[in-house]
Amino acid sequence: RQFYQRARRRKKLIGNFQNDLYDQCLQFYGQPPLENISLTEFETFAVERLKLLKTVENVGVSCGKSSEQYTKKLDAEISSLNFPHRGGISEYEKRRKDHISHFILRLAYCQTEDLRRWFIQQEMDLFRYRFNCLHSKHKTDFLHKNNLKYETVSAEEKKNLKDKLIASSYGLSGTKVEEHDVYKVPFQDALDLVRTRKVYLLAGNAYIPHHEIVTIVLNDFRTRLSKALAMTARSLPAVQSDERLQPLLSHLSHAYVGQDYSIQKNIGKISLEQIDALSGKSFPLCMRHLHKALRENHHLRHGGRMQYGLFLKGIGLTLEQALQFWRSEFVKGKVDADKFDKAYAYSVRHMFGKEGKRTDYTPYSCMKVILSNPPSQGDYHGCPFRHSDPELLKQKLQNYKVSPSGINQILELVKGMHYQLACQKYFELTHNVEDAGFSLNHPNQYFTESQKLLNGGRDIKKEVDMSQRSQENPASVTHPSQANSKQAHEEMGDLDSFFQDE
Amino acid sequence: MPTSDYDPACLPDLLPLYYRRLFPFSQYYRWLSYGGVSKNYFQNREFSFTLKDDIYVRYQSFTTQNELEKEMQKMVPYKVDIGAVYSHRPSQHNAVKSGAFQALEKELVFDIDMTDYDDVRRCCSAADICSKCWTLMIIAIRILDRALREDFGFHHLLWVYSGRRGVHCWVCDDAARKLSVAARSAVAEYLSLVKGGEETLRKVVLSDPIHPFINHSLSVVERYFQQYAIVDQDILGSKESVDKVLTTHIKKDLTIYYQDEKNPMKRWDRLCSSIKKGGQYFDKEIMLQYCYPRLDVNVSKGVNHLLKSPFSVHPKTGRISVPIDLKELNTFDPFEVPTISLICEELERPTADEAEEDDVKDKENEQEAGERRRIRDYKRTSLAKYVKVFDRFLEAMARSWKGEMLKKSGELETSFSVFLTFMSFTYT
Repeated sequence: RQFYQRARRRKKLIGNFQNDLYDQCLQFYGQPPLENISLTEFETFAVERLKLLKTVENVGVSCGKSSEQYTKKLDAEISSLNFPHRGGISEYEKRRKDHISHFILRLAYCQTEDLRRWFIQQEMDLFRYRFNCLHSKHKTDFLHKNNLKYETVSAEEKKNLKDKLIASSYGLSGTKVEEHDVYKVPFQDALDLVRTRKVYLLAGNAYIPHHEIVTIVLNDFRTRLSKALAMTARSLPAVQSDERLQPLLSHLSHAYVGQDYSIQKNIGKISLEQIDALSGKSFPLCMRHLHKALRENHHLRHGGRMQYGLFLKGIGLTLEQALQFWRSEFVKGKVDADKFDKAYAYSVRHMFGKEGKRTDYTPYSCMKVILSNPPSQGDYHGCPFRHSDPELLKQKLQNYKVSPSGINQILELVKGMHYQLACQKYFELTHNVEDAGFSLNHPNQYFTESQKLLNGGRDIKKEVDMSQRSQENPASVTHPSQANSKQAHEEMGDLDSFFQDE
Repeated sequence: MPTSDYDPACLPDLLPLYYRRLFPFSQYYRWLSYGGVSKNYFQNREFSFTLKDDIYVRYQSFTTQNELEKEMQKMVPYKVDIGAVYSHRPSQHNAVKSGAFQALEKELVFDIDMTDYDDVRRCCSAADICSKCWTLMIIAIRILDRALREDFGFHHLLWVYSGRRGVHCWVCDDAARKLSVAARSAVAEYLSLVKGGEETLRKVVLSDPIHPFINHSLSVVERYFQQYAIVDQDILGSKESVDKVLTTHIKKDLTIYYQDEKNPMKRWDRLCSSIKKGGQYFDKEIMLQYCYPRLDVNVSKGVNHLLKSPFSVHPKTGRISVPIDLKELNTFDPFEVPTISLICEELERPTADEAEEDDVKDKENEQEAGERRRIRDYKRTSLAKYVKVFDRFLEAMARSWKGEMLKKSGELETSFSVFLTFMSFTYT
């Protein structure tokens, strides 16, 4: 009888506790979930959260986190993802998923420094976005509920200190001080602002304007999450010994949830004769650049061969076509057919997974091209918007008949380090459209979208999700999760892979 | 002239006398115990000694005031440094499992050294100081003292003359002692305005809006600038020095630019924008570069950093590191600070009160007698007034300790006093 009572009490406790926890659309993830869930839910939740975090990352890279478009873009993308969003009604289930999925991903992302760093960064960006969506009152509520004793300053004190506040805080005007809250925080909790003297200090308190309180809260969030991940890593062996969970967890940390263009659709639909024309019409600037260099020099170095070769594979070239393509070009240069077969053919076959590790390499995403392996003298790979001197970039765009105003727009984006947006702008200008209609993060995506546009919108492609993909690939690999994870390993999750190059 | 001639060779003879009869051990112990609010605070404190022949010993710790006295009288350190309060007794740190021995707390400290101003003072250099450049220390103390109290909310600051060419600040608040490394470094950076080494000519850069802290600091500097920089340091007196002042701001920028830019129109544009750029706060930047305190962030950052102890002797000058009374800051003269030779000499001089005191002697026990003698002793010397400053500092802190102790035993006290009140009512 006692047992029954205890179990009942526990259930009630959990119920109340969770009701409490889920009454706001964001949380600090201080308490792990206490309920039981099925393995299916375990995996589904995890994959969906991964998609969410990848979305956050992509929007951040393509938009720049401080741009106006960033919040708008995130709004648009997140609302379609079935996660808590702007405190709508009947959010309980979504919040429960949010809570549980966060903790599952902790298990997957606590293991290495790189994984931890990535996970913390995306969770912080997500947190910042959600926190900023809250109404001012809810922000204060949230802070108090989470034991952050940040008080708001009284109207009178604000009036007395107005000039001093304006003189010490960036972006603070008289009206802002009057209309918005200012928080009083012990200076020890605002060290970054104190160190750079970007805040007003009085009697040991830092006076933080509304728009900056999120930085303080974020620091707190990061510290907590960092400690939690370290602790999780220590208890991980116990979790990993569960056979049901181990494959799921290792799969997760290597997963890439966007289209990775590794499955060749349109195989063989492109003929080699078309490539020159296609390079002008549908190739992103980096590939157009590489193609031109290959045609002119009859050679490309390793970095260029990888970037361009994998791209060509992604647009549908078969291995035979690829071999023919590279051989015919190299032979025009200093390499004779024999040498090509001995030295270079191997690496082409390697790209298609027919040699060595037999890993089927995936075409590089924009991020990989931008972030890894910068080109040096004699290289033609990389992202022209990132790696080219602006003057040279300008000339090239002029040669490609981009309008002067268009060129200026592109250069502005480059100056702001929005390389993918610059490429998107290049797309819009060369295709004569106002809006590209997609968020660019992969060169093959550029190609696909371009072809779609030029061919009148056929082949509407939906994002292929994990379960669908593994269903489509029964014959190609014996261990779907492992193969996918190896492919995806190259793509994201583990930064080390960026610097691997066979 | 109250300063006796000091000869470093006499230290071995003077120090034992100093530690036996003059060093204010009871106040010193009272300070470092912090009212006994934290257990073992004194016992876990690290001291380091520099002995004769430059032998340096770390991880000294003591269990009682008596032990501290006996050891110092035995070892006769030439220099005494104070370190952090650790998790275990420093003298037993080798017995502790590696990684478990941690520095837990320490006062927040600042070290202002005159040599850091060598690029902007013309009267002296290196270890020398004079009454002209001493103004820099006054300015430093005023600016930092205000900021630490008003901006950071600290109350218990002990400013100490280092004995030769600088001053130290010990911030002793409970909150200060508990600060993390990151917090200490943030405080030090907040207080830093002069940045750059040999290569940097323009070491202070101001832009709108000017933070209130900078404005406060400027108002202090402005009070002293004309007399200090224009008159005493004579910074605009010679072409060479004028060039340096201007170079600091405008000329250097232009020279570099002109090496690459040959177009005369562009050169002119640059000159104009330079003046506008350097001109807006040109004068304020100059004032700050010449006068604003230069502190060593590394000294303040570390929880386990060792700093020279107050009342330590400076072996080269013989001067005692004495507390500075901020109320008398304008008249503080580093050359009037007593040397160990002076106070030892003053000790030997007989006074009128000695007969009277002999009567009292019989009624006390050994230790009290010793202490009383020592209290009488330093009172006979020039050290007296500085110990008084230290006493006042301790009084102010003691009031806060009382508050802490009350808080700790809070409920017990309140309920006890309620009980007493109740009892007194009942019995009236």
